Amino acid sequence: MKSSNQGLVRWMFLLTFLVGAASFGVIALLVSIFERKQEARTPFVKIVEVNEVSTDPEPWGLNFPLQYETYLKTVDTERTEFGGSDALPPSKLEKQPWLKRLYAGYAFSLDYREARGHAYMLSDQKATKRVTEVQQAGACLHCHASIVPTYRRIGLEEQGVEVTEAKLADSFNQEAVMAGFKAVSQQNFEDVYAELLKTPDGVVEATEGDPHLGGAHPVSCIDCHNPDTMQIRVTRPGFIEGIAKLAESEDPVPHLPSIAKWRESGKERPYDPNLDASRQEMRSFVCGQCHVEYYCANKMTLTFPWSNGLKVEDLEKEWEETEFPDGGGEFYDYVHKETGTKVFKAQHPEFELWSQGIHARAGVSCSDCHMPYEKEGATKFSTHWVRSPMLNINRACQTCHNVPEAELKARVDIIQNRTTAQMDRAAVAMTDMLDAIIEAQKNGATEEQLKPIREMQRKAMWRLDYISSENSKGFHADQEAVRILGESIDYSRQAQAAAYKIGNTKEAAEKE
Amino acid sequence: MYFAVTFSAMLGILAGLGVFTFGYGKGASYLSNDPKGCANCHVMQDHFDSWQQSSHHHVAVCNDCHLPHDFVGKWVTKADNGFFHSLAFTLHDYHDPIQIKPRNRRVTQSSCIDCHEDFIHPLLPVETEAGTGDAKAHDMLSCVHCHSDVGHAFRTISSGSKRD
Repeated sequence: MKSSNQGLVRWMFLLTFLVGAASFGVIALLVSIFERKQEARTPFVKIVEVNEVSTDPEPWGLNFPLQYETYLKTVDTERTEFGGSDALPPSKLEKQPWLKRLYAGYAFSLDYREARGHAYMLSDQKATKRVTEVQQAGACLHCHASIVPTYRRIGLEEQGVEVTEAKLADSFNQEAVMAGFKAVSQQNFEDVYAELLKTPDGVVEATEGDPHLGGAHPVSCIDCHNPDTMQIRVTRPGFIEGIAKLAESEDPVPHLPSIAKWRESGKERPYDPNLDASRQEMRSFVCGQCHVEYYCANKMTLTFPWSNGLKVEDLEKEWEETEFPDGGGEFYDYVHKETGTKVFKAQHPEFELWSQGIHARAGVSCSDCHMPYEKEGATKFSTHWVRSPMLNINRACQTCHNVPEAELKARVDIIQNRTTAQMDRAAVAMTDMLDAIIEAQKNGATEEQLKPIREMQRKAMWRLDYISSENSKGFHADQEAVRILGESIDYSRQAQAAAYKIGNTKEAAEKE
Repeated sequence: MYFAVTFSAMLGILAGLGVFTFGYGKGASYLSNDPKGCANCHVMQDHFDSWQQSSHHHVAVCNDCHLPHDFVGKWVTKADNGFFHSLAFTLHDYHDPIQIKPRNRRVTQSSCIDCHEDFIHPLLPVETEAGTGDAKAHDMLSCVHCHSDVGHAFRTISSGSKRD
């Protein structure tokens, strides 16, 4: 009797334990389901008001913590095979010595490094020898700083308006922004930087006697977002003027359907991306505000050369046809020190090269790869950790390409290695050409003889620089990149042959 | 006697909790054909949205393409997918973007053929899969390899939404 009682007790204990464990499991499941349901509510809480002077991203971050947290990650340092971030980014000049000859006579021959994340754009610019050792134009800050409120303030002052923080915060006021942009275009870097610090940002309050009303920030929320609606927008005067010129051109631009629509609609007012473009186009335009080819010095306002189209020769044509205002003569970026030829410096034409590629044609925007969607709980948002898609193949590529990561990486490697190999050949051709021209000049070649050679030299260097400065190693449009490099090699070798010919004729003349 | 009372009480609590959790978790919806049940997991929201815009929206729901059309296969697959999906969702352990598993890919392929067999009959492989006598499951080019939009519209441009 006693033993059977004991057996029963044991059974009861076991069952109690099992029921307890099952209850534990059910409660855990219930809580998990509850949490998942809470996630799905995707709450948005507006904690602070932001307005048109809020260049500091921090208050925006209170309203949009997910976007802000990922934006802050742009300080992180991660490298890909061909680029990326480092605390002290490696010098491109050491790695590719031919760049020193390409840029001879230009500030880029002093200091030229790998780019770092968006967070560093302003501080790195202040530190580079290009700015500390050479007097640079304030136009650089068009892209390196959150400068639009400063443009607006200066524009309003020019119009004779007494500027208060409330007036600055009131509206975007494109007219005043344009006026301010034009007003500072002749000023130098330090003066425009000082103007930035004078603009209030709604966070840093001025104390008595403190000349600093605001702070200078690198590109931040307000540069791409409307503070009232959060809708993406373009703010940069250079882009607004450039894209309007492009719309007026004959370039087909099939990847930008809103331009075709505007052209068909009768062009009653200038093309305005903030009114005409689709959201998907805007997801590239915001990047195209800076990741483009432009003129950025103080002889004229910052200019995007898009009046003939977006291809490399379209941009070149505009520069060839440009004259500096006030009788400054033909347009050039710098005089090449070794040969004395006036040449063009390509900046970083990512938007233009992407425009020639298959991804643009398929409707894929910059943001789709560089700021792909992520999920935090049930909230889907575009990451603001702008970085190489090669560091995020899963979200950047696999959303569309249902192919293993290793295979996608291999495809990109092939494109980038091919482009690099072709670029190295173009660089050898370019240095051979420079040697030949120097030789011809030593042999007393006349300026008349050199004129056609100089033209070819400029074309060769422009094309090589175009792909070398573009940040994708050809990926944004692989065939186009190799076409451009092929043309560069051709022009270099033609110029080299022509230079040799001069030497030969001279030697022949001396022999006679 | 004391144990019997405790045990009964606990059993009752468990039963109550179980029924509540089943109701709160919309358990019954998983036994239905309603696509909204699949979107209970919010990771499926995009798939639900894109299905609504697809050409098959009027003729097929999730289960028509993603479950076998025979009774046993349907419920076995439903149980299998249901278990592993809830496990992945609960533990937050899944590939994002979601990728279909080979087994479910075969299911989808068979579903395409089951409805469209009369039209595509000449395209089907002659050989049957070893041992099954079933041509449908044979290794052939997947229908959705080309017709990727039929079940989920705009699948290839995930962010292709227009402003207007």
